[in-house]
Amino acid sequence: MEGIKDKVAIIGMGCCKFGENWDQSLEDMIIEAAYEAYDDSGVGPEDIQAAWFGNIWAGETGQILASPLKLRFIPVTHVENACATGSEALRGACYAVASGACDIAIAIGAEKLKDTGFTGLPQTRPIATWSYRITTQTPMAVFAMMAHGYFAKYGLSREEGKRLLGLIAVKNHHNGNLNPKAHFHREITLEEVLKAPIMADPLGLYDCCGVSDGAAAAIVTRADWAKKFRADPIYIKSQQICQGPREGWLNPAAYDFAHVEETYRGGLAAYAEAGIKSPRDEISIAEVHDCFTITELTIMEDLQFSPRGRVRADIEAGTFALNGKLPVNPDGGLKCFGHPIGATGLRMMYEVYKQLQGKASPRQVKNPRLGLTHNQGGEPGAATVSIAIVGNEPG
Amino acid sequence: MAGISAYGAYIPFHRLSRAEIARAWEAPTVPGERAIANYDEDSLTMGVEAALDCTKEVAKESIDGLLFASTSSPYKDKQSAATIAMVLGLNESTVTMDFGGSFRSGANALRVALDMVKSGSAKKILVIASELRLAYPSGPFEMNFGDGAVAVLVSDTNVIAVIEDAYSVFEELQDIWRSDRDIFARSAEDRFMIEEGFNRIVPRAVSDALKKFNLTQKDYAHCVLYVPSQRQVSGLVRKLGFDPKTQSRDALFAKVGDAGAAMALMLLVEILEEAKPDRRILFVNYGNGCDVFSIRTSAAIDKAKGSRRGVQGYTASKAMLSNYNRYLRWHELVMIQPPARPPLEIRQPGPQAQWRENENVFRLRGTKCKHCGTPQYPPQRVCVVCRTKDDFEYYSFADKKAKIYTFSHDFVMQTADPPVTIAMVDFEGGGRMMCDVTDRHPDQVKVGMPVEMTFRKLYYVGGIYNYWWKARAIR
Repeated sequence: MEGIKDKVAIIGMGCCKFGENWDQSLEDMIIEAAYEAYDDSGVGPEDIQAAWFGNIWAGETGQILASPLKLRFIPVTHVENACATGSEALRGACYAVASGACDIAIAIGAEKLKDTGFTGLPQTRPIATWSYRITTQTPMAVFAMMAHGYFAKYGLSREEGKRLLGLIAVKNHHNGNLNPKAHFHREITLEEVLKAPIMADPLGLYDCCGVSDGAAAAIVTRADWAKKFRADPIYIKSQQICQGPREGWLNPAAYDFAHVEETYRGGLAAYAEAGIKSPRDEISIAEVHDCFTITELTIMEDLQFSPRGRVRADIEAGTFALNGKLPVNPDGGLKCFGHPIGATGLRMMYEVYKQLQGKASPRQVKNPRLGLTHNQGGEPGAATVSIAIVGNEPG
Repeated sequence: MAGISAYGAYIPFHRLSRAEIARAWEAPTVPGERAIANYDEDSLTMGVEAALDCTKEVAKESIDGLLFASTSSPYKDKQSAATIAMVLGLNESTVTMDFGGSFRSGANALRVALDMVKSGSAKKILVIASELRLAYPSGPFEMNFGDGAVAVLVSDTNVIAVIEDAYSVFEELQDIWRSDRDIFARSAEDRFMIEEGFNRIVPRAVSDALKKFNLTQKDYAHCVLYVPSQRQVSGLVRKLGFDPKTQSRDALFAKVGDAGAAMALMLLVEILEEAKPDRRILFVNYGNGCDVFSIRTSAAIDKAKGSRRGVQGYTASKAMLSNYNRYLRWHELVMIQPPARPPLEIRQPGPQAQWRENENVFRLRGTKCKHCGTPQYPPQRVCVVCRTKDDFEYYSFADKKAKIYTFSHDFVMQTADPPVTIAMVDFEGGGRMMCDVTDRHPDQVKVGMPVEMTFRKLYYVGGIYNYWWKARAIR
């Protein structure tokens, strides 16, 4: 297996402000993200040869994209992978270019969640009967089970565990506050986090990301064409995806609810494809899927940024803070930037892209070389984890 | 000699003190407590629990009849007995019947079961009586009613209590009733209900019954009497010629409440749990008439209890409801703010899809791979461990003990008993599933907590009661 390292480059990206965008329709946000990407790349709709559209709830087929953008009679693929949808759209575009099926493609992720009239996520279509019977809880409660699982496995008291989770929330709020496009701009204290009402035990209000509208876009081309469009293209080093089979929900031996195996194995495959031997030392920045603080905590171990069972020391030391050794979620993450499901994976890449180009002030990390996005859809143990690694130099 | 060869019961976990009901209405306090079914229980689920208790040591394949009695069945037009037979895994040729119409329906079912066994049309019949009656808030029934279920196995082998004889009278009388348009029970004026009702009918029925039985009061050690008024029982027992202090019981009213169609048989099982061999019991069940049975314990009665919890065990296992409002909420007696969430109708699969999963859902039936021996739920055609395809046997998880591996309390999901406690449950012998934990105080739920499975009602959507299993701390 060859992989696609250094075969594809991103030459333009766009991202609208995420939030409760009452005055924007889905089409408005798609247009905003797409046209920022066109401006950034110098490429126009007439140059786009194929498109990938990531979205869950707006309806069927690629016409939702082709119609507002006036993409005429080109291949448009509509993809869905729960919260990993945005990365899936990018993956499709990159693989098409790497295979030679097209030379310039656009990937757009978009979601309009605030039109439903309900709090929380919309309901999916009718599902298989047995899982209908167990969906008596929100996704929060399923991820919260990882918190109790992790605390029990590694001997953390409730207080010790909640403190670690709280520090993650504080970090991400600090970063989001520095980001004009983020949904939330608010510094919080650890005390506020610990005092907040419980949503799904032991997770409190600040341990859970909210619901937002948003869209983001990326234009990709062949690596050997990239410098024609800009001096600082960002090269794809790896794009991997790993699907959990849910076996650990039926077989105790297959899952300890204290990590996410699909993140670990997706990471192994991504590092192999990108030629990375020591992730903690070689990855400069990472955007990871902090739908809940416990998710970010376990990702640090699963991506091998921290040793298994010992992320506590790194969280306390600030290793993953904006000024730390390996900044994680410098743009505020799902927690503060927001989580419009179909767009999130591309928003993660937008921050990494800007950071690698030195354009992320006031959150700019010093001299980043390799960035990683980790995008996760579905429930731990049955999750779809999409990992991409990009760099600002070929080779 | 036909009679009862096994018994069981089920009393819901939660009790509401009558003092708390009185406090809610600023009324004078009243002693005792009443059993309150959880929001996820109904007469059908409680009937299942009682049946499982009764048949703990009975081979399910040997049962060929199931009669279910209640005045509060979940459906007017869909047989509860068939559903319960499905849950228990009985042969499809089992004779199933629903009984209703009065609080004598348990006795009606007992009579029919007896006659079926005596005539040879069936060999082993499970008679289940169960009740979850709603009462007007602030009224007297709210104090008196209680929820619960009871089950007896009727056969002519290994009989622990022979049913020697039976006598029955009917009476057209509007004393306590509920029409098809009513949610709450109605009653006639007290004095009429008592004097022209059971105080008149029961003594005559008992007297005529004894004549038919060719026996007198002196032949009986116990009198089990159900009438819908706890205060009148001891006086009536005395009027029937028995000593209420030594030959009758009325403690269940103070511990459980009046369980309607289930009450008479529950009082009978209470006596059977402590009766000595070779004693006669006069069993009297009033309700639009009166059924009278002459029952005699056999030598085998001492060993009958076995591992069953029965009335004693379930009555003793309890938690007090802290607050009258929770009872109102659980029994949907008060309107509450609907959640800002999409309606459940969107997600419910149609009857066809649900029917396909019947065995797995009603019986918590999974598979066990024949190649590697791994139990798994729901049934898997491709084994979760060795990936062998289509080489399995069916495996029941319903009767297995388990432990909570991890859990969470969901405070956002709408439920009548917040929070929703969800857990990964690991079974003894293998297998794991995710399910709700019910009948629990959230503070008591811990990693490693031992649990057992219980059959419950999940939702009512589109006119359909959706049933499945949940975990609870071992009762």
